[in-house]
Amino acid sequence: MEINVAQLFATINVATIMPEIILSIMAMVLLLVNVFVPSKQKTYLVWLSLLGIIGAGFSAASGWGQNISSFSGSVVLDNFAIFFKLIFLVSAGLAVLISDQYMERENCNQGELYPLILFATTGMMLMASGTDLMTVFLGLELMSISLYVLAGFNRANLKSNEAGLKYFLLGAFSTGFLLYGMALIYGVTGTTRIAAIASSVAQMNSPLTNTMLGAGMLLIMTGFAFKIAAAPFHMWTPDVYEGAPTPMAAFMSAGPKAAGFAAFLRMFLVAFPMLITQWVDILWVIAVLTMTIGNLTALRQDNIKRMLAYSSIAHAGYALVGFVAANATGTTGILFYMLSYAFMNIGAFAIIVLVGKQGEPNGSVQDFAGLGTKRPVLAAVMSLFLFSLAGMPPTAGFIGKFYLFSGALEQGYVWLAIIGVLNSAASVYYYLRVMVFMYMKPSEEEFGWVTIGAPISLALVVAAAGSLIPGIIPSYILQLAQQAVKLI
Amino acid sequence: MDNLSNYLILSAVLFSIGTIGVLVRRNIIVMFMCIELMLNAVNLTFVALSRHLGNLDGQVFVFFIMTVAAAEAAVGLAMFIAFFNNRESIDADDASLMKW
Repeated sequence: MEINVAQLFATINVATIMPEIILSIMAMVLLLVNVFVPSKQKTYLVWLSLLGIIGAGFSAASGWGQNISSFSGSVVLDNFAIFFKLIFLVSAGLAVLISDQYMERENCNQGELYPLILFATTGMMLMASGTDLMTVFLGLELMSISLYVLAGFNRANLKSNEAGLKYFLLGAFSTGFLLYGMALIYGVTGTTRIAAIASSVAQMNSPLTNTMLGAGMLLIMTGFAFKIAAAPFHMWTPDVYEGAPTPMAAFMSAGPKAAGFAAFLRMFLVAFPMLITQWVDILWVIAVLTMTIGNLTALRQDNIKRMLAYSSIAHAGYALVGFVAANATGTTGILFYMLSYAFMNIGAFAIIVLVGKQGEPNGSVQDFAGLGTKRPVLAAVMSLFLFSLAGMPPTAGFIGKFYLFSGALEQGYVWLAIIGVLNSAASVYYYLRVMVFMYMKPSEEEFGWVTIGAPISLALVVAAAGSLIPGIIPSYILQLAQQAVKLI
Repeated sequence: MDNLSNYLILSAVLFSIGTIGVLVRRNIIVMFMCIELMLNAVNLTFVALSRHLGNLDGQVFVFFIMTVAAAEAAVGLAMFIAFFNNRESIDADDASLMKW
């Protein structure tokens, strides 16, 4: 077999993966800079990585509306991928900004943190762009392996160490399932391209009764459900979020969850639309379980990071409601919700970074007592994030939930929408509980007057703007999200 | 002669042994070895299917899986060492600081 190399190279369009290239080069540059600049202060790394993130963002945004595919159809840069890439870049940027102060306080401000965040983001972007099982898998693993390290980054700290270990073992375990599913799908369809899988399934006589195809689909679903922390594969989430360094927990709750949804959506809506009757029923059950377990368990948490971990499980459930609907409104809702969730959740974690003490001795809700009188601005911003998480108007969280649930109603899933709304109402309790502590309880101990560094205040401003403005004028972002879901 | 089903059954058995091993064993390193067994069962599936279908995609996939597994092993073992330094144990039941 002769291969014409020149012809092969002619099919490669580097513009397709330009954002990934920029980000990974920036990460490698940061690794070197970190070694050759002997400085205790690592704040310059924050600004450098932000530079890379913004560069990648511009590069991604410039491809809007073009829909270019390259590398023999294994990577695509379409609106769907670009919208998700921007979500990942927003969460990476915010995570980088809130890391510096936290890591300084915990005495583990090693420079490797920032390249690792960028590598994880590169992996997520590859997942959103991947139109081949191989690219999706590679992106997923690049993301996961970086995240294992980030979760256990504070390796002298017992909890962080334990979080990394648990995340690693369960993550690798779930990868096994995902891969086995991919192998079975490959066996049935004879290809790893997602579009080719779709046409191969469409030509089958009875795809619904093909055991190998069904098993492969279920195994892939298991793998993704783990990544987005959906019940019953959510067990790792609270432990990992509680133990991981707070900024990294924030990052993990926003970026990788969105990345999981990106690949999950593309895979199931493009490759398996023929099997929709099969997977929608399973997803219906998973969505209800995820919302209910997440919210009910969050009600009885005292540790605020653990509470937000369960709340992030519940939010994955809300997004799954849009997935079950599988129509334009529902998927638009997922995209919008993932973006606003990145802003509001990382914002809430940023406040936790500021309120927490060195070593995070208890990290409970009581730490917030008296914040309303001592630091009124911080308390007000935290209230905004909590309102948005609870889904109250006029915040971004409300618009997102509105779209998700109306997508389900359009498809006739009335009960699913009702369960979603009830869950959302129950969640108000534990979000408001934090506010009760902030405004109505006197503080038991003296507040340390932490100085708020420039990076973290920038992060707070951006996060507050991102969770408020799309709630008041949602049309622009909604239009972008609608354009993004048109192509898949 | 097509032996495909033999290979598929063997890899399914290997995968199940790996899965059960992860769930049953408590030594972290043994758990990790079981995960590797699962990944290799997947590799076997890919190679057998690739041979059966007569296209190379599956074999290329195996290369990627092996590379990723090596990277994963490097990170994992480093994490086990850090855990051992902190606790002097590699038992999964000792990772119990956080429980709901």
